[in-house]
Amino acid sequence: MSSRRSFMGFALGATAAVGGVFTLVGMKKTWDPLPSVKAAGFTTVDLSVLSEGELRTVEWRKKPIFILKKTEQMGQSPTDIVADGSRYTVVIGLCTHLGCIPAFHKDEQKFVCACHGGQFDINGKNISGPPPRPLEIPPFAVDGTKLVLGEEGPEYKKMIEKA
Amino acid sequence: MAEFKKADGIVDWLDQRLAVKSFMKVMMTQYWIPKKINFLWAMGVILLTMFAILFITGLLLVMYYKPDVALAFDSVNKTIMQEVEYGWLWRHMHGVAASVVFLVMYIHMFTGIYYGSYKRGREMIWISGMLLFVLFSAEAFSGYMLPWGQMSYWAAMVITNLFGGIPFIGPELVEWIRGDYAVGDATLNRFFMLHVCLLPIVVIAVIAFHFYSLRFPHVNNEISEELDFDLEAEKYLAGQKKESKVIAFWPDFLCKDIFYICLFMIFYFYLVCFHYDFAMDPINFDPANALKTPPHIYPEWYFLWSYEILRGFSYEIGLACFGIAQVIFFVLPFLDRSDVVAPAHKRGAFMVWFWVLLLDMIILTIYGKLPPVGINNNIATIASVLFLLLLIVILPVITIMERKAKK
Repeated sequence: MSSRRSFMGFALGATAAVGGVFTLVGMKKTWDPLPSVKAAGFTTVDLSVLSEGELRTVEWRKKPIFILKKTEQMGQSPTDIVADGSRYTVVIGLCTHLGCIPAFHKDEQKFVCACHGGQFDINGKNISGPPPRPLEIPPFAVDGTKLVLGEEGPEYKKMIEKA
Repeated sequence: MAEFKKADGIVDWLDQRLAVKSFMKVMMTQYWIPKKINFLWAMGVILLTMFAILFITGLLLVMYYKPDVALAFDSVNKTIMQEVEYGWLWRHMHGVAASVVFLVMYIHMFTGIYYGSYKRGREMIWISGMLLFVLFSAEAFSGYMLPWGQMSYWAAMVITNLFGGIPFIGPELVEWIRGDYAVGDATLNRFFMLHVCLLPIVVIAVIAFHFYSLRFPHVNNEISEELDFDLEAEKYLAGQKKESKVIAFWPDFLCKDIFYICLFMIFYFYLVCFHYDFAMDPINFDPANALKTPPHIYPEWYFLWSYEILRGFSYEIGLACFGIAQVIFFVLPFLDRSDVVAPAHKRGAFMVWFWVLLLDMIILTIYGKLPPVGINNNIATIASVLFLLLLIVILPVITIMERKAKK
């Protein structure tokens, strides 16, 4: 008698647990970004219109992307993106501290975040203040003079491997 | 089914079906309140009044508010403020109430700490109260986002980004919470749901629990005297109202509470009518712009102290300390190792601790508003370390000493 009763209890508990897990998975997926949001996650930028030393900001996945065509004096960095013979700094323009947008100070060749005083050098490396990491590099693919943001090209994969 | 007699009136009719007479006794006429309490004990009922105002004005606002990134800003700043009759009044009442409710909540909390109302038997009152504080914080923050101004947007950006600091799952978690790669329409709509539906329901439930938890240990009093409520109630019911140390919630006590509500309402409507701007940040009258950060981001005044603790340290440590600051008050009854229940001015070292804590939180609040440059950073770090020391180390130590000295 008691074993039949405990079997019923166990069966009820198992059914409830399975139902609970499925509900949680469904609720988690409801909160995920929508397919239309994900599909809009690619942006193509024509690099040939950029001039040296000028910062260009483009929008990708609602985030600002800093693109800087580097001059000779700015030197080289393993994080440079090389396209069409020129070197570019391409980073997500959100401070790695709390996500504010740093301003480009051209004279000092630095990105400075006003919110908490974080500073990044010309390659996006954090050089002072609270930011814990360099500015992030968005997934990219190089296609001639065009840069495709959101696609993980071979150059991107190589850069990530080294890092 | 029970036997029903022909009722001799509407009250009797209801009493037979809903036991309204017993209910009124438990809730009002035989709910005993100590006589020896001062105006600081009126803060609870003022908070309830504020919540009622927030609820009703919120209902009026939500009739015209549009949770859509393209429409939200204008629906607040144009439709509600300029077209809806008295829309400006409801908005200012809602905004000011959201701000002063925190002022009263802090007074309520510090009254509890001063008089030891979190101790021995009253722990659940304190914990449910702290839960309400956290829920109100979430409610305030989700509401702050809705007008979709610059400060709303960037506050949402910074706060959702905090979850990115959680190891391993951080970045994915942030995207999941936002429902987008950055704060966007999905984020606005889910915060709208939280603000007008889920959180208010939970708040109401926890308010009910907070009151319930008060019934068994009863209200504390000015001298933290332990009363035999049954004995005192007997005296009161026998007509010895003068000798009894308690009075009935209704009709005796509530008139005093209503008097304080009236005083508070004068202060509140003075703010609503003449200084409504103190709850309205000028930056928030610029529409949200994902590609431009305001030069200086700060939260509303009531979050400044914990925001400053976040800023006082390097990134990961700051996040951890911020997390601790959010929950440390929950365990206050267990950090206080002394069994003495007495007002702070009768507890020596605890009195000093109380005022240092209050002062430290005021300093954190002031510096939380200032830009984090130069000497400000040092003061922030010192004040943040002091805050954590006061609660985690100094409070247990002085209260253990207090307990030993008593023996």
